[in-house]
Amino acid sequence: MIRRIRVTLAAMVPAVFTAATAMASQPQPAQDGFVPVTGPISEQIPAAPLVVAAYAFFLLLMVFYLWTIWRRIGKVEADMQALERRQGAGAGGRGK
Amino acid sequence: MFFKVAILVLKKDLAIEARSREILYTTLFFAISCLLIFSVAFVKEGVPAEDAASGILWIALTFSGTLALGRTFERERYGETLRALLMAPASRPAIYVGKLLGMVLLMLATEAVLLPLVAFLFRAPLFARPLLLTALLVLGTVGFASVGTLFAAMLVRTRTRDVLLPILLYPITVPVIIAGVRGTSALVQAPPDEAIATLWIGLLTGFDVVFVTLALWTFEPLMTE
Amino acid sequence: MRKLFVPLAVVAAAMFAYAPVGIARVPYESTMLLVQKIFYFHFATWMAVTASVAVCGVASAIYLFKGTAVADHYAVASAELTTIFCTFGLVSGSLWGRKAWGVWWQWDARLTMAFMLEMVFLGYLLVRKYGGPGAEKLAAAMGIFGAATAPFIYKSVDWWRTVHPQTTVMKTLGDKFPAAWNLVWFCTAAFLVLFVVMLAARVQLEYLRAELDRAYLAAEE
Repeated sequence: MIRRIRVTLAAMVPAVFTAATAMASQPQPAQDGFVPVTGPISEQIPAAPLVVAAYAFFLLLMVFYLWTIWRRIGKVEADMQALERRQGAGAGGRGK
Repeated sequence: MFFKVAILVLKKDLAIEARSREILYTTLFFAISCLLIFSVAFVKEGVPAEDAASGILWIALTFSGTLALGRTFERERYGETLRALLMAPASRPAIYVGKLLGMVLLMLATEAVLLPLVAFLFRAPLFARPLLLTALLVLGTVGFASVGTLFAAMLVRTRTRDVLLPILLYPITVPVIIAGVRGTSALVQAPPDEAIATLWIGLLTGFDVVFVTLALWTFEPLMTE
Repeated sequence: MRKLFVPLAVVAAAMFAYAPVGIARVPYESTMLLVQKIFYFHFATWMAVTASVAVCGVASAIYLFKGTAVADHYAVASAELTTIFCTFGLVSGSLWGRKAWGVWWQWDARLTMAFMLEMVFLGYLLVRKYGGPGAEKLAAAMGIFGAATAPFIYKSVDWWRTVHPQTTVMKTLGDKFPAAWNLVWFCTAAFLVLFVVMLAARVQLEYLRAELDRAYLAAEE
């Protein structure tokens, strides 16, 4: 089960990256020529960097979180193995 | 039987407090020193910012209320009376209600002193609609104290209780504080907006019902080991 | 249940691979144009937060009253996921608001309450970490109260009419803008599948930790 999770997590990362590059390669339409009705300030703020930042942040956040799960699972596995080794050594030493 | 136990717990707390009045005086004094600190932020060239009074009142209440909660349960923990209370053959929710009533009375006493001070120092016509204001304050206090008493009681055995109480309490009581501040602001306006204040009083009643119900429901499993 | 993990993860990956294509293709909304396209993930993430808060609330209640360890695993996993999705919701909303309202942040009702929700579940995680022994129960209380205030967040915007779009916007979207309607529900579905996948992974971590604890206890005997 653990292995399956780690493999799947690893497989999801390139899929998500591919999606991101697909998104980036769509031609972004030019900003000239439209007049949004929300007021003078928002006319001067370019929308494209905001949209890109939003989706990029989503990507980074998901990757980060999956990585933290991965790391914690790794730590628990390492502790389990250390414990098993100690038990094995102890049992062997006591001749049980 | 339920209310008898609650009143007994309340009487016990009042009796202890009446002897030294430690928590009452220190809470009051802390609330007043909050006002002093807020004056630094909200007074420009000797004139208080408009509409700052309602916010200042509720924030001073929140901070002093948190301290009072901490001190009340610290006293219980120090005397190990909480364990004794829980071992008594009394319904746990009744004990909770008793402690809640004590807390509400303490905070109302603080408000009684704070109100005229805030009105005076920050030039706010807080007494324009006294009945509505009283309803706001009582309901807001019950809302804050209901969650506060539960959290303070459940944290009493935790080492980091002093810092965890505000961390847990403030986000949960934000709706109560928003309702209190907005309601008070509506009453401080000229002329006072009674419709909006009544709306907030209705909302506060809703919050109080939800919070007290949840607290009564969860007090028993939280206090059992 | 375990057998579903890989297929669900594949479905999630496929949906997220398609989503940007769908978003790039959907026509512009008339007033907000390009920046409105943040909406598809913004709405979806708040749906994921709702699901996550509900799971946490129910799991916390079960843990508090029954003491079932599994419920505690689900509670902590969904609390973490709530903070993650909530963070994205706040950031995406802020970026959208920068263009649509001209400011990065507004203290209107829904934003304030959403921020509060984030703080509640961060508090949940803090109390679990620093609360000492028995902190799981304290955190469960936080989870229950947090879940109880979540409906107020949803309805708050209708009671406090301010800057944020009202909840009625979604109801009329189907008639006025069907392409967006379909896409937003597709993205919501994608987020919910992702939520289930991440929840499963995170709960598995909790199971492993519990197993390790049991192994330590057994070794001491």
